[in-house]
Amino acid sequence: MSLEMLAGGLATSVQDLGRPGWQAQGVGAAGALDADCLRLANALVGNAAEAAGLEITLRGPCLRFTRAGAFALCGAPFELTLDGVPCDPWRCHPAHAGQVLAVGRALRGARAWLALAGGIDLPPLLHSRSSDLNSALGPLPRTLRAGDTLPLGTAARLPPASPARWSLDPAPWFAEAGGVPLRLLPGAHYARLSQHARAALYGSVFTVAAQSSRAGLRLDGTQLDLVQPLECVSSGCVPGVLQLPPGGQPILLLAEHPVSGGYPRIAQAAAVDLPRLAQAVPGTALRFAAVDMDTATRLLLARRTARTQLEARIRARLEPT
Amino acid sequence: MEYPQAQPLGEEALLLQWDERVDARLNAAVHAAATIVRSAALPGVHELVPAYASLLVRFDASIWSTGGRRDAHAALHAKLIEILAAGGGKVEVAPPPARVHEIAVRYGGEDGPDLAGLASTLGLDEAEVITRHTAPLYRVAMLGFAPGFAYLLGLDPRLAAPRRPRPRTRVPAGSVAIGGLQTGIYPAALPGGWQLVGRTARVLFDAARQPPALLQPGDGVRLVALFPHAAASGRASV
Repeated sequence: MSLEMLAGGLATSVQDLGRPGWQAQGVGAAGALDADCLRLANALVGNAAEAAGLEITLRGPCLRFTRAGAFALCGAPFELTLDGVPCDPWRCHPAHAGQVLAVGRALRGARAWLALAGGIDLPPLLHSRSSDLNSALGPLPRTLRAGDTLPLGTAARLPPASPARWSLDPAPWFAEAGGVPLRLLPGAHYARLSQHARAALYGSVFTVAAQSSRAGLRLDGTQLDLVQPLECVSSGCVPGVLQLPPGGQPILLLAEHPVSGGYPRIAQAAAVDLPRLAQAVPGTALRFAAVDMDTATRLLLARRTARTQLEARIRARLEPT
Repeated sequence: MEYPQAQPLGEEALLLQWDERVDARLNAAVHAAATIVRSAALPGVHELVPAYASLLVRFDASIWSTGGRRDAHAALHAKLIEILAAGGGKVEVAPPPARVHEIAVRYGGEDGPDLAGLASTLGLDEAEVITRHTAPLYRVAMLGFAPGFAYLLGLDPRLAAPRRPRPRTRVPAGSVAIGGLQTGIYPAALPGGWQLVGRTARVLFDAARQPPALLQPGDGVRLVALFPHAAASGRASV
């Protein structure tokens, strides 16, 4: 059982929950930029949470099923057709042998996650099948292209005869990066920003620059400056760090960030907003607002609990009655 | 030596910071602390990342913010200080490395294309750069930049070299390089701005190996020049 890639799309990659635990070896966790969406898509097709799927960016792939299977797409809304017939996202659909699934353009946002029943069954590397594009690490250390064949694992259940009669409400799980301000916690070096820079961080608009990637978003806008230059030595990083290189244009780290960094850390995106940052594209205008640690932690844990409960409800619903 | 300062790094990480300096003694304190915290196996602590002068502790906020403890970071920090105190976490001198790796390096020529230029910038001849570069017992301060890339402490300050103004888009795997006061070995073909003085055939990172990185934080490293005279005569024939 496998998938034949007829077209790779703009930047499609194999992703799962990444490689946590290897950061001290110089290997980042990386994995899907929005793990919640991948997990929900996996639940819809009856996969375990850690099954590997495809992360799709802006323009999706075109692929052929070699045997009957099932798929679900969660994340940003994309054009999606099976043998030319439109399919809706956030729902489990069956596919027959030979059918062609085409993921077109993102209608809003940037990324979506495609789960396939059985999961993509490449040999794991450091316990993960994901592609770390920044470190060129993984069983397939690059984006997909036409001609690639991806093996699929054995599905936990038979493919459904027809599309599921129910789907998920995307509202709690998908939001664009622009519009509502993204919440920031103060970073270790926030107090070193000039008064002008502190005002600009929360009062002005930053635009996502073209050199952005899964490793981080480079932000154009008001040049931010420190009261005086600050020499930092490299220390461990996490996703969401807003660091300030000497040029004054901040970089917001995403899942595939370098494991360590030596730039001043002026702020930290609230983890609950990281899924929105995965939907940023070059040109997206971002605004920031301050949040405190208690609120950010409460929001994060509430989102995680809601996702775990929804996964359990989906699994219960898939059980034969 | 002081106990480290603690800074939250988002909702689910605490950065223990000893100082903002590159210093072998500080780095030894970091590795000693990492060993103590690792063996304590605290619930919900799932990742430790030692660096030059800091230890990143990643944890699950759902475990550390329950039971009426509103501030997970403060609760974890208090626990960490407690176990560091109990474990004798004040390290005054760097203990000798548990392991010392000997890494054979071919210096100069195609393997170290920046050696000649670096030697002339520093006002040394190439043989002296090689002698000074192979003299220290280096210590692995941290891994970072790329899988298996070890930052080595102990470079002779006379060899401190500025990074190249334009980084190379591809540095060959195994390249031994100097950047500022640091020296290191590129584990894979990568972009890089350090000055390349030599190359080793050793495999620095192998995902099938446990642990995958050859050089572990705290390890000792000796660089051994292979055929230094052959390298010199090879240059003469160019």
